Amino acid sequence: MNSPASATPAYDATPPKSAGGIDWLFLIAVLAIAAALARVIYYTPFEAVQGPAQKIFYLHLPAALCAFMAFGVVALAGIGHLWLGDLRLDRAAESSAEVGVIFTTVVLITGPLWARPVWGTWWTWDARLTLTLFLWFIYVGYLVLRGAIDDRALRARYSAVLGILGSLLIPFIHLSVYLFRTLHPRPIVIKPSAPSLPPEMLTTLIISFVAFTLFYIALVRQRYRLAAERDLLELEEGR
Amino acid sequence: MAPSTISAALLIARKDLAIEFRTRTAFFSAAIFALLGIVIFYFAWDPTAVAPVDLAPGVLWGIFTFSGLLGLQRSFGIEQADRAIDSLLGAPIPRESIYLGKAIANLAFVVAVQLIAIPAVQLFYGVPLLEHAGTLAIIALLAAIGLVAVGTLFSAMAVNTKLAEMLLPVLSLPFFVPVVIPAAQATARLLAGRPTDELVGWLKLLIAFDIVFVAACTLAFPYTIEE
Amino acid sequence: MIATRALGRRFGGRTAVRDVTISLGAGDVLALFGPNGAGKTTLLRMLAGLLRPTEGSATVAAIALPGGAELRAAIGYISHASMLYGALTARENVELAAKLFGVREPRTQAMRALERMELRDRAETPVRLLSRGMQQRVSIARATVHEPSVVLLDEPFTGLDDSGSAALGAHLAMLRAAGTTMVLVTHQIAEGLALATHAAIMREGELVRIDQGSAIDPSTYLGVYREHVTHGA
Repeated sequence: MNSPASATPAYDATPPKSAGGIDWLFLIAVLAIAAALARVIYYTPFEAVQGPAQKIFYLHLPAALCAFMAFGVVALAGIGHLWLGDLRLDRAAESSAEVGVIFTTVVLITGPLWARPVWGTWWTWDARLTLTLFLWFIYVGYLVLRGAIDDRALRARYSAVLGILGSLLIPFIHLSVYLFRTLHPRPIVIKPSAPSLPPEMLTTLIISFVAFTLFYIALVRQRYRLAAERDLLELEEGR
Repeated sequence: MAPSTISAALLIARKDLAIEFRTRTAFFSAAIFALLGIVIFYFAWDPTAVAPVDLAPGVLWGIFTFSGLLGLQRSFGIEQADRAIDSLLGAPIPRESIYLGKAIANLAFVVAVQLIAIPAVQLFYGVPLLEHAGTLAIIALLAAIGLVAVGTLFSAMAVNTKLAEMLLPVLSLPFFVPVVIPAAQATARLLAGRPTDELVGWLKLLIAFDIVFVAACTLAFPYTIEE
Repeated sequence: MIATRALGRRFGGRTAVRDVTISLGAGDVLALFGPNGAGKTTLLRMLAGLLRPTEGSATVAAIALPGGAELRAAIGYISHASMLYGALTARENVELAAKLFGVREPRTQAMRALERMELRDRAETPVRLLSRGMQQRVSIARATVHEPSVVLLDEPFTGLDDSGSAALGAHLAMLRAAGTTMVLVTHQIAEGLALATHAAIMREGELVRIDQGSAIDPSTYLGVYREHVTHGA
């Protein structure tokens, strides 16, 4: 029951490699996104009922899955940081949270864009959309918290605590919003996507998902390098 | 021998309540804030369009959340003023007992505000809340525990940041969503005279939230101490 | 009582304390001088178990840092902040500390500690109504109610007028006479040296000079201090 772990916050003092050169992973990820978009636009048939609006779904769903993945990484890196006290894990959490917020923003923009023609309204308190909105609030709060602490080690620990608690909160928000919806029957709008997609659409979705995941990894990697350089700079200034 | 976790927590809670009892500033402002909120919300809706009975649960739990924040802000503020927190941290007691002590005091604070807010809603909205006093007390207590568990931890964190109290609502409010929704929904069912088993799902959600977050926040608290 | 070896602390990238090696026996009093930001408070908070070292090692009251509850039980910590609750009386503040430290007969011991600080007649006054000097004495009563073998003081003279400083000095001399080991961080060289058996100067996180016993000459020490602090290293 003594004071918690975290011995020496370990600094990865080696400068990031090839910081100035071409980031091949980033380039590949951008090309993958472009390829996925090309397939979405030119090589995937229209959905019969929803028409062209349905195509936004190929951005919306992969972005949502990547956002969840990003916040999962924030929580796991947080647990790791509290356990080992390693600042590299905190940088990973920081990077993943920022990229996760971007993806969540994409979800929140594409959702209403799709809902307007299909459901006839920009915003609806659909359980999943509501959950996404709260995800956005939690992790924007996480970024605000990070910005409000100067002490590097304290910032890392507080962020880890919030990142872990945030991941615990997600199921509770989902459950309460879901119960709220099911106990409050509303006028039926068109059900979101049918469970079974035709093979071409499924292939497009998978390609798009792979492209988004690559893009997520490339962005986090770039953001991590930035964080590492910033920490290094602070370290040098402190000497 | 140094006191156990529980007895140290009770010492700290009693100390906080003694301070609050003597200064009373936070409690009065929270109680007045709650009453003002209840009154203002009544006029924010057209009573002929929305029945007070539909409005009351939302108002009660919405106001409860915000007045709770007032008490939570003060919680670690009084420790920070003359760095009294250092005397608690320097004592040979487990860190967890500091968190639990502050949380117990905050729980008493929030429950006391509820004891004013609930009759006030009954009075101003003409809804029979107190006829269901027993069940309502369970809902209120379960909601208060969840609110205080998270709020106490974030209060401890917020005082050590540059934004101080400003940060507390930003961090806390998303966490209050799974507390406010079940509490308001259960209260609405109660007022509508629905059978009790319609409440059970909501109450289970509150209990699960309380268990998860009391445990998680107690474990997390030692990490929020600057060292 | 206190022995450190190459003790150091970094905050993120900033090194606040580095390579501090000191050794103090029972009843020794170390006066620690240095400009703002020299790392004195950080060093003291490490010895108090409030901050964990990132480099080196230390034992305080025969317990290795970072010690847990056991270490904290052996230490009294006093800073320029009173660490008291203004709304509570002097007696309540000291009694709370006594209970948290597991002192037997907390009320009696709290009154005794206040008596030692000549505050018996102020015991039931809320702390916020007391003068700064009296608050500082309550704070000493709070920090010593469990009769610690090591007392750490961080700028206790700050905000006190001359008579307040003199009274505080006299009370600290009583603690020293009782065999308490002390580390006293202060800007007031005369007050510090009046109590000290050891004197040290800290600059940019490092101890740049240590003297002890008769080697400390109060009449020339201010010059020595200025020389060490203003000189570029």
